[in-house]
Amino acid sequence: MVYMTPVYALLLTIASSTVLFSALGVSPLEALNNFFILPVGDTYGITELLVKATPLILCAIGLSIGFRANVWNIGAEGQLTMGAIFGGGVFIYLYDVDSFLLLPAMIIMGAVGGALWAAIPAFFKTRFNANEILTSLMLVYVAVLVLSLLVHGPWRDPDGFNFPESRIFSEAATMPVLWEGTRLHFGTVLALVAVLGAWLMLAKTLVGFQVKVIGAAPLAGSYAGFSQKKIVWFSLLVGGGLAGVAGVSEVSGPIGQLLPSISPGYGFTAIIVAFLGRLHPVGIVFAGLLMALTYLGGETAQINLGLPVAVTGVFQGMVLFFLLACDVLVNYRFRFKSYGKAAS
Amino acid sequence: MSGFEWVVPVILTIITAATPLVFAAIGELVTEKSGVLNLGVEGMMLVGAVAAFATATVTGSYLLAIAAAALAGAALAFVFGILTLSLMANQVATGLALTLFGVGLSALAGQGFVGEPVKALEKLNISGLTDLPFVGPILFGQDPLVYLSFIMVALVSWFLYKTKGGLILRAVGDSHDAAHSIGYSVIGIRYLAVLFGGAMSGIGGAYLSLAYTPMWAENMTAGRGWIALALIVFATWKPGLVLIGAYMFGGITILQLHAQAAGLDLPSQVLSMLPYLATVIVLVLISKDESRIRKHAPACIGKIFHPAA
Repeated sequence: MVYMTPVYALLLTIASSTVLFSALGVSPLEALNNFFILPVGDTYGITELLVKATPLILCAIGLSIGFRANVWNIGAEGQLTMGAIFGGGVFIYLYDVDSFLLLPAMIIMGAVGGALWAAIPAFFKTRFNANEILTSLMLVYVAVLVLSLLVHGPWRDPDGFNFPESRIFSEAATMPVLWEGTRLHFGTVLALVAVLGAWLMLAKTLVGFQVKVIGAAPLAGSYAGFSQKKIVWFSLLVGGGLAGVAGVSEVSGPIGQLLPSISPGYGFTAIIVAFLGRLHPVGIVFAGLLMALTYLGGETAQINLGLPVAVTGVFQGMVLFFLLACDVLVNYRFRFKSYGKAAS
Repeated sequence: MSGFEWVVPVILTIITAATPLVFAAIGELVTEKSGVLNLGVEGMMLVGAVAAFATATVTGSYLLAIAAAALAGAALAFVFGILTLSLMANQVATGLALTLFGVGLSALAGQGFVGEPVKALEKLNISGLTDLPFVGPILFGQDPLVYLSFIMVALVSWFLYKTKGGLILRAVGDSHDAAHSIGYSVIGIRYLAVLFGGAMSGIGGAYLSLAYTPMWAENMTAGRGWIALALIVFATWKPGLVLIGAYMFGGITILQLHAQAAGLDLPSQVLSMLPYLATVIVLVLISKDESRIRKHAPACIGKIFHPAA
């Protein structure tokens, strides 16, 4: 039942989006075709799906660990941005270095950047009891402004005709392409490693067990001597680090340079991905692919049908609504009995 | 007076920056007092902003525009209510979904209105009074929503602490089981509180698109809904302090604009960070005293009510 609710949620979303499309004066069948079939109609489309799913899966894996332990990090978008800044910064300062170590250094620094950005809410939460939802979210706006500051100022490409963009990343600073002729890059491998790592961590390690216990029964966790603070730190650092890797894999992968805007809200959509994947690493892979499809579908629908890209957001929000609504079927059982009978 | 002529315009802009926060925060305060945490304020504000803007451009009536904003915010809050109160979904997750949905929905509904101008909400002009030096424009030269925001704070304060209805609402927020056992409809009262919060958030959004910057732009709330949520913690759930907090944050937002105009040599991005950084710092300072938060926060906040029938 737990694993059926995402399917119900998807079906209900499709049903209500046909109503939405009709209201917008678009044939629902044509819209659904543009959203779900056309974008993945060829191998290039399928590789694009993986490209879009990569940052979603990376961010969602990290978030899901926190959500399991009731740590509500919703600032993955900021941690992703900070990862891109740290990773991209390595290239900016070493742009004339042509070493095979450049890319690994960028990925590590990206993880460090994301983890540092997530360490701020972790510190405020454990030391000052400040709500991590609000602090991590506020830091999203700050991170985006830091990126804008850098690409408008010190990191602007000196040969770039004053556009707010960094230098284009060199070969050594670019994620290797896995499949010639497509944009499928090494970041996808990193995402799969994260999935495997998270699964092992949750299933086989003590810290994974602690995460699950503290999330499900905080009192039992504290009687067992598990440290709540340790879990807050752990889940935020891992979540921030993975979001940071997502950021650096975007700028050194499909984007290829630092721009003022590097993410169409991957960090926020990852929240939906985490829930839709039932906070399970394998579920997150499927959910990530599905949400990636809504990004592709939104673009196709924009080109072919003139629908605004915002449809994607409506779609994603609806999926989460219906998922949460369907969860009532998991947690409670309907009983069709009158009160009179029940009393007797 | 010379040398101080900047004071009045600065105060006037602080008022316009603070008013949307006052509306959103006072509405959410009532919601939270009933024991419900709705993190969808940002989404409800955006939907309110676009509803108001669209209604104002199409009908030209600002009264209708504000009503539309309140209705739109309440409609979104109703969705939240169905999910969290009737279907007992997790409030944090549902609130996040509400924001994501509201961002998308408002952008979709507003696509035809991007870049279109609308006449700013008209300000009061009482001949004689408004022309008074200094106090005239501040006390008698605001638009009606500014006065309404003050009235709402006073009304909420009076309702919560001086009426039986307010007592019941707070009882539901502090101990839903006790309130249920003496016969109050916990779910019904929470629905009303959630709807009120949604309507107020909607009006807060309307203020942004009709008065603060009379136009519609995607995501124009820029995190104000989240700042409103932080304000409630800052105010330790007290209406009067919500008002003070909102004006403080309005002041920080405006400081940033005026520092730029005064030629302060800081990049605009650094100044734009100020409201968000201030929110984090204030949250940390307030939350430090854990016992104070626990004393004032509604005890049942975020908890699902499940009558043991």
